[in-house]
Amino acid sequence: MRRFVVFIPLVLFFGLGILLWRGLQLDPSELPSALIDKPMPTFSLPSLQTPDKTLTEQDLKFGEPVLLNVWATWCPSCKAEHAQLNRIAEQGVKIVGINYKDDRGKAKVWLEKYLNPYMVNIYDEKGTLGLDLGVYGAPETYVIDAQGVIRYKHVGVVDARVWQQLEAIIAKLNNGEAS
Amino acid sequence: MKWLLMSFLLPLLLTVQVQAAIDTYEFRDEASRERFRQLTEELRCPKCQNQNLADSNSPIAKDLRTEVHRMLGENQSDDEIVDFMVARYGEFVLYKPRKNASTWILWYGPFVLLGVGVAVLLFIARRKRRQPAGIDRADADNSEVELDSSTPSETAVGCLSAAEQQRLNELLQGDKK
Repeated sequence: MRRFVVFIPLVLFFGLGILLWRGLQLDPSELPSALIDKPMPTFSLPSLQTPDKTLTEQDLKFGEPVLLNVWATWCPSCKAEHAQLNRIAEQGVKIVGINYKDDRGKAKVWLEKYLNPYMVNIYDEKGTLGLDLGVYGAPETYVIDAQGVIRYKHVGVVDARVWQQLEAIIAKLNNGEAS
Repeated sequence: MKWLLMSFLLPLLLTVQVQAAIDTYEFRDEASRERFRQLTEELRCPKCQNQNLADSNSPIAKDLRTEVHRMLGENQSDDEIVDFMVARYGEFVLYKPRKNASTWILWYGPFVLLGVGVAVLLFIARRKRRQPAGIDRADADNSEVELDSSTPSETAVGCLSAAEQQRLNELLQGDKK
């Protein structure tokens, strides 16, 4: 018994060591979203292209999972991911845009210049929807399932690697609904 | 030269304006101003992670400050405001974590460790008191093993025969001389 007691500090040391070492591997800028598996917050905001048209959370229900992309013309990373979004849209995946705290004119020019991968664009001038979604920096991309429930959130640029993850999540949602 | 001077002075002027822009909130009374100050100090900015809302100049922190101010104006309680933030940004925004199943180790862990430390200390102190001669059990064990390894079965403390005890005393006496 006494012999084992002697080893307790060593075991504690290794336990703590492994814990702290793992802590170093984590990316502190990645926050778990509080809204995962929660329904999309309710909103009522104008469309970017047609200001008279009001969009609500019901307009996100296409009967299939959609990507919800938060973007703005003032955000350089949004420009970086735009080409990837165009490619995703070409594959037939539906993308809804939230134009976050932006200028309507500039945003329209942007979409003409770099092509428009979005089904619709919600014009969130004051960032109210962004606040309800817990957006803390554009670009952010959400996966919303067919029922309008938020399933995944990615903060940062969607590149080919991130798209693989998102694609897998969408495929899983589609399979889950089929069975 | 004049331009050079201007280029140094202009930014200074701008920073003064920015600083002033932070404190344009109006409050009904001192109490709500104090609550605003406390809330923005305890809520963390989601973008610039090592700053609270009061410190940060990022646009999101500004939005959240405005939101806190709005909710204070609507007579919402501190708990309601904190719940509002947690619902959107998660437990992460709390510099003062809540007491629940996943955080009890944060709140009570140090006290548990302190308790363990005190228990160990008491245990050691009590064992020492039981052997006033100052010979620790472990020491007695070891020296016996080293001195007389030929009879391992009788080395345990309390198993010394009268003859062995006498021999031990002689050895100890010999040490003193």
